[in-house]
Amino acid sequence: MWNYSEKVKDHFFNPRNAGVLEQPDGVGEVGSIACGDALKLMIKVSPADSRILDARFQTFGCGSAIASSSALTEMIIGKTIDEALTVTNQDIAGYLGGLPPEKMHCSVMGAEALRAAIANYRGEALEAEDDEDGALVCKCFGITEGLLTRAIRTNALTTVETVTAYTKAGGSCATCRDKIEMVLGDVNADMVSEGLLDSARAFRYRGRGLAEAAPVTTPAPARPTAPARPAQVRPSHAAAAKPAAARPAGGALTLVRKIALIQEALEAVRPTFQRDGGDVELVDVDGDTVSVQLFGTCVDCSMSSFTLHMVQEKLSEALGRPVRVVPADDSLAA
Amino acid sequence: MEPAIYLDNNATTRVDPEVVAAMLPFFTEHFGNASSMHGFGTAAGAGLARARTQIQALLGAAHDHEVVFTSGGSESDTAAILSALAAYPERREIVTSAVEHPAVLSLCQYLAKQEGYRLHVIPVDERGRLDLEAYREALSERVAVVSIMWANNETGTLFPVEQLAEMAHALDIPFHTDAVQVVGKLPLKLADSAIDMLSLSGHKLHGPKGIGALYIKRGTRFRPLIRGGHQERGRRAGTENVPGIVGLGRAAELALAGLTDENTRVRALRDRLEQGLLARIDHCFVTGDVDNRLPNTANLAFEFIEGEAILLLLNREGVAASSGSACTSGSLEPSHVMRAMGIPYTAAHGATRFSLSRETTEAEIDRVVAVLPGIVERLRSLSPYWNAAEGTTKTFEPAYA
Repeated sequence: MWNYSEKVKDHFFNPRNAGVLEQPDGVGEVGSIACGDALKLMIKVSPADSRILDARFQTFGCGSAIASSSALTEMIIGKTIDEALTVTNQDIAGYLGGLPPEKMHCSVMGAEALRAAIANYRGEALEAEDDEDGALVCKCFGITEGLLTRAIRTNALTTVETVTAYTKAGGSCATCRDKIEMVLGDVNADMVSEGLLDSARAFRYRGRGLAEAAPVTTPAPARPTAPARPAQVRPSHAAAAKPAAARPAGGALTLVRKIALIQEALEAVRPTFQRDGGDVELVDVDGDTVSVQLFGTCVDCSMSSFTLHMVQEKLSEALGRPVRVVPADDSLAA
Repeated sequence: MEPAIYLDNNATTRVDPEVVAAMLPFFTEHFGNASSMHGFGTAAGAGLARARTQIQALLGAAHDHEVVFTSGGSESDTAAILSALAAYPERREIVTSAVEHPAVLSLCQYLAKQEGYRLHVIPVDERGRLDLEAYREALSERVAVVSIMWANNETGTLFPVEQLAEMAHALDIPFHTDAVQVVGKLPLKLADSAIDMLSLSGHKLHGPKGIGALYIKRGTRFRPLIRGGHQERGRRAGTENVPGIVGLGRAAELALAGLTDENTRVRALRDRLEQGLLARIDHCFVTGDVDNRLPNTANLAFEFIEGEAILLLLNREGVAASSGSACTSGSLEPSHVMRAMGIPYTAAHGATRFSLSRETTEAEIDRVVAVLPGIVERLRSLSPYWNAAEGTTKTFEPAYA
């Protein structure tokens, strides 16, 4: 059972403003039955001062989807259109006392429905809206680049896993993972240059075998790290051409700096483990071999070699050079 | 609130108080190690021996030493599949079905991806019936093991595993079946079957969690998953979980005694539940092979609403059920079983499973039939896909998803 807050339960069991609004001034519809959740938001707007007089919703979805819809209507009634546009999915989740990470996409759906309803009220053509929203990234759940960008920005997302939890993109066939990584890399790079994100946390898109061009020896947070983008020459041919040149001088890292980078990268993946009831901890660093200790469900997980592989990828990414990740026990035995 | 109504017995069952009573002395009195030579060990050893014959009886197995105790269904499945692969290293193919429990399916997918095995995933039709033609075509001398479940945990649909085992045997392929949902619910006679290996789990039949068994037919080539001590005749090392094993034995005995009840009274209650709901709720249907399934399982798909919301409202009424909806599992898609059957998304998200047991009463069933129509109606009134005025669905096509 999900650990829903009392506020979520209250809004699910006693939804506010559910139902149809007759002759609405704006209607926003998002989601689809295939996705497992869909929301239709209807608003009534005062022509005098652009204030939202009434809002109603109809939602197909789980407990948190219905609760998010209900919360949204409560939050926007009485606001002007401009005020309402400042409501983010974080605001919705916060209003509800938080949502489980896997359920954050419900709050994103609410924020998207609000945008759609206001666009509809303003008479902005939906087709134009669609174009602005950019290319379709996740075909399974119909997630556009625009939606991804907004979710990444609003929630300061820096991993593909959290992007999936917040938007569902990549949650089914996962073939769009590469596209998600590209969008995430672009948006994070923009956020870094705008001073909204610490460059050390930013996701860097990188094609297979093409290591980060920028040295990671002294990533002073103040320095704008624009190079996240230059590395994004579509890798397919470039990578194969000169793999040796792509390898940065790893020796430049001091041990302390190296451990700091590893710790940082591990911190970033820990929520993924903790969601499944496990955890991961750094035990030792010996040259290019990093030993980690897996805890909880991770230990017995038949996929633990997958897990280590995933950690290895993240660490190699953070250090800008290939490292080997081994379970702590193995390394002791060796 | 009314007393809780537990209809999630395919997930796990309440441990029978008689099982607990049988186990208790093995914690504090007969706590010895069955391998020890003294009296404490003898008492524990006697408990193990008795439990083994109790399981043998429930399975209709020819020999008690065909029963190997394990930590549960997942270990039994893993041990069986990996054993066959080790015993036939020159064979590089595995056959399984699209609707297996993750204990089998995830392992097979892992073996395909990481170890390079060729995996044949046999599809099912819209009622969850196995595609026998595809199964026949997948069998060859290259196949190291077939692992196909006896009954599906979500729909209760039964596969003709005895026939499937014979087909595999004709080509000298070892046949394993995950039977955790069948053992204790249907009469079995493994001595007369071609099934080589069968997994069972204690907590699915009113026994404790953390204990199960793998049936290994005499003569089957077996390579242990856990090596070490000589326990279980060298087939599963590790000091035996004696209280768990004794509990599993007693649970098997009780299940055997309850088979008639399961297939008459419990079946009738299940049918009463289904018919009651179908009569009161529109746009809902039973999933799975209705004429050929477990007596205790009902899986109904309620269209245009979502399963987690149903479960939350049922829970508030004191009714425990489960759902194949995406949202309940934390994944983003409906269950792989519903998708394998091609259940449309409009219904798959609202698929709800009620699994009864010998402890289920008529009053409980009637209570569910009384409260569920209101819950479905309530959620449909919130759903943009449902037009309450006409009692039908309506077109709802969001402009952008």
